[in-house]
Amino acid sequence: MTDQAETLTVTVERDFPHPPEKVWRALTQPHLIAEWLMPNDFSAEVGHQFQLKGDWGGTLDCEVLEVDPYETLSYRWDFPNENPDFDLRSIVTFTLTPTASGTNLRMEQAGFRPDQPRAFGGAKYGWQQNFDKLEAVLAKAG
Amino acid sequence: MLHAQDALFRCLADPTRRALFERLCREGEQTVAALTARAGVSQPAVSKHLAQLKSAGLVRDRHAGRQTHYSAQPAALAPLIDWSREMTDFWERKFDVLEDLLKRMDQ
Repeated sequence: MTDQAETLTVTVERDFPHPPEKVWRALTQPHLIAEWLMPNDFSAEVGHQFQLKGDWGGTLDCEVLEVDPYETLSYRWDFPNENPDFDLRSIVTFTLTPTASGTNLRMEQAGFRPDQPRAFGGAKYGWQQNFDKLEAVLAKAG
Repeated sequence: MLHAQDALFRCLADPTRRALFERLCREGEQTVAALTARAGVSQPAVSKHLAQLKSAGLVRDRHAGRQTHYSAQPAALAPLIDWSREMTDFWERKFDVLEDLLKRMDQ
């Protein structure tokens, strides 16, 4: 099992007809973040810990990792659970690139689970491996 | 969004349950007795695990005479396998709202 197999990455990209400065404000001002993402106590300082409150009642624990104004914003996006098998840890990175008509905004979320979940009886099995196994089984099951 | 996944993770986190489910996926419908013969745990324990798999929607039971036959319902796994798709949909929806917000910020 490689590190690659342990990581799930989601990328969403979109062109907005607005300058990077404006998109950056929507990504970094708490009242604006609340309007499009979730209620929060965000502050654009590296090391700042904050929470995003999901509409499903859960709370995401976050920590600012990188602030490069108008270009890059990155934060930890964790959904903690005492059971290591359900404990989601991920990093969300927004990349802003100026375009002729505005801004290309790219969101990449790299998620991973601890590599040695106790419930799987040892260090050999991680969730991704189980996904692979289940998917193989499902493919055969048609 | 995370609740369905949680319930499935919880159910499949148990190695005995996972083994039973995988066997049913691989080998098709089986009786409790047949499953017990190779499960390494007692029949009541197997029945209990099967009941939990059933409540998670992962297996279905069929009564025939004195026997209960179990079969896998692999479609129940979709929320786990589709994590990436779910997160992509989540962000697409959020970007839709962001797009509206950016428009409003002009005014």
